[in-house]
Amino acid sequence: MNAPESKHDIEKMRQAHKLLKEFSYELQPVVKGYNNRTLYINLSSLEIKEKPVPAEMKEKFIGGKGFDLKLLWDAVTGDTTWDSPENEICIAMGPIAGNTNYPGSGKSIVTTISPQTGIPIDSNVGGHFGPYLKFSGFDAMEIQGKADREILIYIDGNQGKIQIMEAPEEAMDSHVLAEQLHEMFAANEREKQHVSVVSAGHGAEHAWIGCLNFSYWDKRRKLPRLKQAGRGGIGSVFRNKKIKALVVKYSGLTGKSNNPVDLETLQKTGLKLHKEIMALDDKQCHMRTIGTAHLVEIMNDYDLLPVKNFRYGSHPEAEKLASWVWKKYFTQNVPDGCWFGCTMSCAHGIDNFELKTGPYKGDRVLVDGPEYETIGGCGSSTAIFNPDAVVEINFYCDTYGLDTISFGTLTAFVMDCYENGILNKERTGGLEMTWGNWEAALEMMHQIARGEGFGLIAGKGVKYMQEYFAREYGADAQFLKDIGMHGKGLEQSEYQSKESLAQQGGYYLTNKGPQHDEAWLIFMDMVNNQIPTFENKAEALHYFPIFRTWFGLQGLCKLPWNDIEPADNAQQAEPNKVPEHVQNYVDVYNAITGEHIDKQGLMMQSERVYNFQRVFNLKMGHGKRPDDYPPYRAMGPVTVEEYESRAERYDKQLQEKQNIDPAGKSTEEKIKLHRQYREKQYESLIDAVFKRRGWSKDGVPTVEHLKEIGMDLPEVIELVKKHL
Amino acid sequence: MKYLRTFPEKCNGCNTCMTVCSRLYFKEDNPEKSAIKVSPAGKNGYALNVCNQCGACVAECPTLALTVSKQGVVMLNKSLCINCLACVAVCPTSTMMTYHGGLAPFKCIACDACAKECPTGALKIEFKED
Repeated sequence: MNAPESKHDIEKMRQAHKLLKEFSYELQPVVKGYNNRTLYINLSSLEIKEKPVPAEMKEKFIGGKGFDLKLLWDAVTGDTTWDSPENEICIAMGPIAGNTNYPGSGKSIVTTISPQTGIPIDSNVGGHFGPYLKFSGFDAMEIQGKADREILIYIDGNQGKIQIMEAPEEAMDSHVLAEQLHEMFAANEREKQHVSVVSAGHGAEHAWIGCLNFSYWDKRRKLPRLKQAGRGGIGSVFRNKKIKALVVKYSGLTGKSNNPVDLETLQKTGLKLHKEIMALDDKQCHMRTIGTAHLVEIMNDYDLLPVKNFRYGSHPEAEKLASWVWKKYFTQNVPDGCWFGCTMSCAHGIDNFELKTGPYKGDRVLVDGPEYETIGGCGSSTAIFNPDAVVEINFYCDTYGLDTISFGTLTAFVMDCYENGILNKERTGGLEMTWGNWEAALEMMHQIARGEGFGLIAGKGVKYMQEYFAREYGADAQFLKDIGMHGKGLEQSEYQSKESLAQQGGYYLTNKGPQHDEAWLIFMDMVNNQIPTFENKAEALHYFPIFRTWFGLQGLCKLPWNDIEPADNAQQAEPNKVPEHVQNYVDVYNAITGEHIDKQGLMMQSERVYNFQRVFNLKMGHGKRPDDYPPYRAMGPVTVEEYESRAERYDKQLQEKQNIDPAGKSTEEKIKLHRQYREKQYESLIDAVFKRRGWSKDGVPTVEHLKEIGMDLPEVIELVKKHL
Repeated sequence: MKYLRTFPEKCNGCNTCMTVCSRLYFKEDNPEKSAIKVSPAGKNGYALNVCNQCGACVAECPTLALTVSKQGVVMLNKSLCINCLACVAVCPTSTMMTYHGGLAPFKCIACDACAKECPTGALKIEFKED
């Protein structure tokens, strides 16, 4: 770390602190996975208090994202915008979170009203902050109000003390700030492991795609690692509230910190999965050596890798970004779990990477990642087939507090607009945003961080740019709509969905926008043809989003569910559900909480919260059928060039699916025929999915359905009745 | 590297080693709490399973609670251990041990206590190149 800001004068920083508020609370053990209280902080009034968790809140909302959404619902009105003082950042964990036995148990779920979508966004993040916050005494933390100066919130989980302090001197960018704060709040080297920091950066200050970095101390590298709550601009809200950092310190973690009812089952189930990972990961997904980057060549082979703003699904140069390239970049044989006990260990890092641009040019830094999504967005989708450039973009996104998925997708959109003449050098302030121009892409990002130039426009996201380019430059609004890869305002994550109707639903029939964490159905749908009918697809688009919601309720990572599978999984009745691992979750949940749920009970917990989130969208003036459509590029070929690149496939589809002879028809005619057909298919899909989910044709959960699943809270029923 | 070498062909299955080990470290005679395990094998024979100090667990430990001593013995610092049992899973010889109700794992540290008491000379502390 040779950055100018990184010569840490900790004492000077400390002396500049001004204590604005201190709050003491009684330490008490976690009981069966719960503290039964949450933490409330208001930055306008400097109020700090603890709030009890009533039994009904546990029953209906379980924890994690459920608690977040409940707290946020109570805090905002339908008129609240992302920068309203009453908007909150909520961070919650869940009853399973923080156990050290079952891999993938260290996640925090962060929610806020998003600057990009105007509805709740939720982001699932690793790092140590969430579990340490939990063992400090709180199931969730909500931050409301706005500070009038740069502040830092410190939670000492061993002393039972919370402080809000003015913190003017610390760095802003996360790789420097996290290191400073680990050093500042640890009494010695050994204690650094007990500290965790949440921070954003200069980018989040000026963009709507700001992310949060959650740190953990890497004892081997002697540096903080950063994991991102990436999606939807939570970092932008964080900076809008003038929060520089949240810091928690907690020591005393053991395998019993959750006070589980049945430690033996917890240990046994965890050990079973540890052993499965050790034995099978090398034969399956290579998460321990490569992580999610193992997907690049698979997606390229199946025409699913986003190339040039999702025009195409593969590219001959994609092998420059393939897994074997990343294996050499990533330091090997290091336990890279983002929470203790995660032997999946996929959070790989690149050590001593020398930066070539920006304020830290020449520094040798530790880079977290890149993961698949970053490679797809900031690599293939922008045609930057240059691994060094992808690593540099990854690094700066993280330290500036910018979401790599949104940055990748919006940069690809900018390049597409540039190549189509909608943008030019004059309009970009000199940036030559041609395909593959990584230096221009990075300069655009540095502009975001500096709060200047074209970067300020781009940093607001694809939806904002669509409106801006149409208004200011007279660009064709329909074309911009067709090629702008966002839903509800959130940029699409990095899978090509054109040939999978189910995945179009998996992306766009979602609560927060097109993120792959609700459903990834491409192989089931397109490759293996396991869900051929609308009803089959609707069933999958009911089961998987509901099931996967459960990870967020518990503080779990999705990866150990199906990025490792039992050796006999393929022989099970429904291998896509990985039934043995679902049973593991039931067992672990019951072992910690003492409850007695089964697989159906697990689904019911999720279905309540999933529907509540849908109703929350309604509360914010969205959440109906018109909000659930993809841009056409996510559904089919927009341009002649796209059609002709896959002409054989598309011609064959005309013949087979529509019984139309393509001979003699112009490409434009054929594009139109495809579009009519595909858009009609999508309408039928929506009908089938809404029906299966117990929603009206307009996408509103019905009163009967809400009663049936036990989410018939008076304020929820009152709200939906207005829309039914 | 210092390690406990076993000579199973000399073992008579008396279990003295397990008694010595569990008494020394857990103050009770309990085979589950012994870092060496004796089990029947073949006709009238016994298998002896104990850590060979290979160090696979050291690389896996997320908190650096496992280290290799100057003599080459893998040691567990219980104050650093967070009980994830990743070391148990990664151990190629199944000699990182656990017991019912226990939090931290345990293992043979080549202390020589069992070898000293073995009536048949089936156990012996030896040194070998890494």
